[in-house]
Amino acid sequence: MVRFLLSKLLYLVPTFLGITIVAFGFVRILPGDPVLLMAGERGVSPERHAELSAQLGFDKPIVMQYLDFLGRLLQGDLGNSLVTKKPVLTEFLALFPATVELGLCAIVIATLVGVPVGVLAAIKRGSWFDQVSMTSALVGFSMPIFWWGLLLIIFFSGYLGWTPVSGRISLMYFFPQGTGFMLIDSLMSGQDGAFASAVSHLILPSIVLATIPLAVIARQTRSAMLEVMGEDYVRTARAKGMPRRRVIGVHALRNAMIPVVTTIGLQIGVLIAGAILTETIFSWPGIGKWMIDSISRRDYPVVQSGLLLIAGMVMVVNLLVDLTYGLINPRIRAT
Amino acid sequence: MSNTEYLSTAAIRRQMLAEFWFYFRQNRGAVAGLVVFILLVLTAVFALLLAPHDPTTQYRDAFLLPPVWQDGGRAEFLLGTDAVGRDMLSRLIFGAQYSLFIGIVVVAIALVGGVIIGLIAGFFRGWVDAVIMRVMDVILAFPSLLLALVLVAVLGPGLTNAMIAIAIVYQPHFARLTRAAVMGEMRREYVTAARVAGAGNLRLMFKTILPNCLGPLIVQATLSFSSAVLDSAALGFLGMGAQPPSPEWGTMLAEAREFILRAWWVVTLPGLAILVSVLAINMMGDGLRDALDPKLKRS
Repeated sequence: MVRFLLSKLLYLVPTFLGITIVAFGFVRILPGDPVLLMAGERGVSPERHAELSAQLGFDKPIVMQYLDFLGRLLQGDLGNSLVTKKPVLTEFLALFPATVELGLCAIVIATLVGVPVGVLAAIKRGSWFDQVSMTSALVGFSMPIFWWGLLLIIFFSGYLGWTPVSGRISLMYFFPQGTGFMLIDSLMSGQDGAFASAVSHLILPSIVLATIPLAVIARQTRSAMLEVMGEDYVRTARAKGMPRRRVIGVHALRNAMIPVVTTIGLQIGVLIAGAILTETIFSWPGIGKWMIDSISRRDYPVVQSGLLLIAGMVMVVNLLVDLTYGLINPRIRAT
Repeated sequence: MSNTEYLSTAAIRRQMLAEFWFYFRQNRGAVAGLVVFILLVLTAVFALLLAPHDPTTQYRDAFLLPPVWQDGGRAEFLLGTDAVGRDMLSRLIFGAQYSLFIGIVVVAIALVGGVIIGLIAGFFRGWVDAVIMRVMDVILAFPSLLLALVLVAVLGPGLTNAMIAIAIVYQPHFARLTRAAVMGEMRREYVTAARVAGAGNLRLMFKTILPNCLGPLIVQATLSFSSAVLDSAALGFLGMGAQPPSPEWGTMLAEAREFILRAWWVVTLPGLAILVSVLAINMMGDGLRDALDPKLKRS
């Protein structure tokens, strides 16, 4: 297992270096002078330009610039935002819990609904339940989620008036951001109705973000279950006279879950892409909206570091998925 | 080549097609998807004839008119008008052109690029393979929409750049798939036989091996087609894809956002068009996979 872990970690090094090159190169290949770009419309005097170039290291050879960038990165210095002047890492860490909270809720919904639906559809293969659920899954998989979000807003916020349109909590409530997770903070604040407000703000964005992972998980669970249920050991268990429920619950489900766990883990990339759209629609103050705003404001240090942080995060999660896969499926470790 | 030989290849091809159609037809959803897709293609091709109005003409006397069946709707604007008085139906019809065009261009670039890269990696192995696959890993480490967004920010917003960005992001999937298929085929006897017979590298790669790797690539191409339609609509929605006043469905949705609580049709209809097209292509993809994947045929 240690060797497996080490080989996976070693494998990540070139990929991570590649990611840093992409993030570093991104600002360099922008058309025009980076100093002028950063100065914005007001422009700078030639003296200030030279000073800024030296300060930012643009007067050095490109390889040196990259090594400097890498050095600063290793020290945790990701630069400052051009707009707010705050360190990018500080901004990222302040907004990150909002995206994690949304993403976790979405993946919990997707798993809690997707796995049972997939299992049931496999057990009752060909039934109306199978057909309806798999057609719905295909619709969910094909859903433009930015439109789906708007539809839910029209119906639940506009027509029924049940849920708020945007934000994380009603402006009526004030309490310290202890954990950054609104559900926990609102609960700890002890204020009447704060938790309910946080839940009502969270529910629509979570459903929207959960839609595609839910569809993928349901389809994957169904096909994994079908495959496993055709295996010899399941037939043997049945032939032994074991109750059907136990065969499905213990023998089939446990083995079918192996690819499903991987699928759930791999949804992180989908979740982040989805978070960009979901957070924009619901004005959810998280990483996705932060990236979109920074791209449209041409706040390049934020875009550069945001890319790096997000790709790094996806990489780490993928590594964890690989390791879990190795843990639950010993056959993988050997290869 | 003799005449009989020619006939026999044609016959084999016919038989393969018949077999393909047999399996494809089994999946009723796939056939329905195909029908919708053909309708979509016809709509796009004959948009000029079908659309009752020009998609960009603004009728000053008809702002936000509801569809004809609602109070206040007018017969000349069957599906109503948008905030600046353009006919929704005509814009939706012309939008089909955008979606199909985007899908075709993105898949073509990603497929050709990915197949060549994958062929080279799988055929030559060694350091070439290692370098290529690491580069592909780097691209795959970024969430696709995010990378496309950043690429568009670099290249400048617009439809062409959006398509290039999406194609770059999709390329690794084709490269990986081709590489895996090529590595599987390389061990087969017919490849060794061709090599012994004196076939050069290029001939081996493109004429001997590639045709036998096409099955999974076709399935991936269909899936990428629908993802391309979705992602380009998402880019349009975020203001980074096709620019107004083009009747691209995602861009139409972005323009309609502020009217969501006042005029349901400007929001609902473009999204519905995206959903129906993507769904049809995905249903077709499911059928293609069933028909082209020998592993699934048995079950």
